[in-house]
Amino acid sequence: MRHLNSSIFIAAGLLTGFGIAGAGLVAVTQQGTAERIAQNEREALLANIAKILPADVANNDLLADTVTVSAPQQLGARQTTVYRGRRDGEPSAAVFSAVEAGGYAGPIRLIVGVRADGTLGGVRVLSHRETPGLGDRIEESRSDWVAGFDGKSLTNPPAEDWKVKRDGGEFDQFTGATVTPRAVVKAVKQTLEYAREHWGELFAANGDTAQTG
Amino acid sequence: MADGYRKIWLDGLWRNNQALVALLGLCPLLAVSNTAVNGLGLGLATTLVLFLSNSTVSMIRHLVKPEIRVPVFVLVIASFVTAVELAMNAWFHELYKILGIFIPLIVTNCSILGRAEAYASRNTLPRAMVDGLAIGLGFTGALVVLGSTRELIGQGTLFDGAHLMFGEAARGLSLSLGDAWPGILLAILPPGAFIGLGFLIAAKNVIDKRLSAPRAVAPVEAETGTQPAR
Repeated sequence: MRHLNSSIFIAAGLLTGFGIAGAGLVAVTQQGTAERIAQNEREALLANIAKILPADVANNDLLADTVTVSAPQQLGARQTTVYRGRRDGEPSAAVFSAVEAGGYAGPIRLIVGVRADGTLGGVRVLSHRETPGLGDRIEESRSDWVAGFDGKSLTNPPAEDWKVKRDGGEFDQFTGATVTPRAVVKAVKQTLEYAREHWGELFAANGDTAQTG
Repeated sequence: MADGYRKIWLDGLWRNNQALVALLGLCPLLAVSNTAVNGLGLGLATTLVLFLSNSTVSMIRHLVKPEIRVPVFVLVIASFVTAVELAMNAWFHELYKILGIFIPLIVTNCSILGRAEAYASRNTLPRAMVDGLAIGLGFTGALVVLGSTRELIGQGTLFDGAHLMFGEAARGLSLSLGDAWPGILLAILPPGAFIGLGFLIAAKNVIDKRLSAPRAVAPVEAETGTQPAR
């Protein structure tokens, strides 16, 4: 019995030792890389925002002026961060990230930029799991389909034409993949509607405090 | 002594290739081999983890009691994978985003625990280090070959996205067959991975057979003239 006890403690002690060493290694690495990782994520976000909003639309620090909203019915995601663009203090644009569309093989996460006049700055796909070669043409690097949203609004085309062509609307579908563009068009339309209905409160709301990007 | 290292390299890269012979680590092999660059990225990350874990396991092999060696090895491997994951997130952010879940999943790549258990825990530090490198590079090789083939057939490109790994200067590395190549979608999809791996294993067996054949059939050797005169 005594022998068993001591061997349990020795084994546990060794495991603890290695646990501490492993945790130490991870902690040191985490310390060393945290700043760079945060910087990377910030840069990636800024690059995305720059693609969907021209630099002169807003002249505040969008990343520091955010509000988190929850409107799963319209924006798809449980929580969506809204980056509020202001020009000389006046609300000029809102960037929604992420809006989720129900894709063919899972949620398609979008970043959507809306200007104060209700027109789209642009739409980009953040992540998706659509079929390679078919549904993945929503990616900017695969086709220019997603650029077709630039400058569109709920009056251009009229709200009833916010569908893919197969459903009698204005937007192209892809050969072999209708579900994907249909979902994206619907999500973008709903985002525009959300922005129109809530524009005032979005910009009046108190911003999030700690913003880590 | 030098002979021993030659054997380690030969085993790791070819004779006991973890992907093609041992058939270990298939989950990342099949999932991430859709392009050459993805394969290379995950292969090198795996190699780094293998090298570090093999070295550590070899160093602590006298310290660890046999009954707790598996939990300790898992702990060592998991710590290194987490560290490598953080480092990739910091320095190869774009590639990190593409490889996604498969970097933390290196923990579960059975060839890493397999080498720790079967080799590193029984051999000296230098040998364990070389073994880690050899096994890792063999795995990387299989990933890159499978990735290149699938990318070429499915998408008509090679080294697409090389800049994610080597910086903007490497953009020129990417080759493309042009728009004329329609691309066979199957190759990019998961079944393409299985089919491709099957052909790869078959090809390795054919080569092995060819290599051992000339000794048995003398006339062939004379005809092809690939063997130098003795």
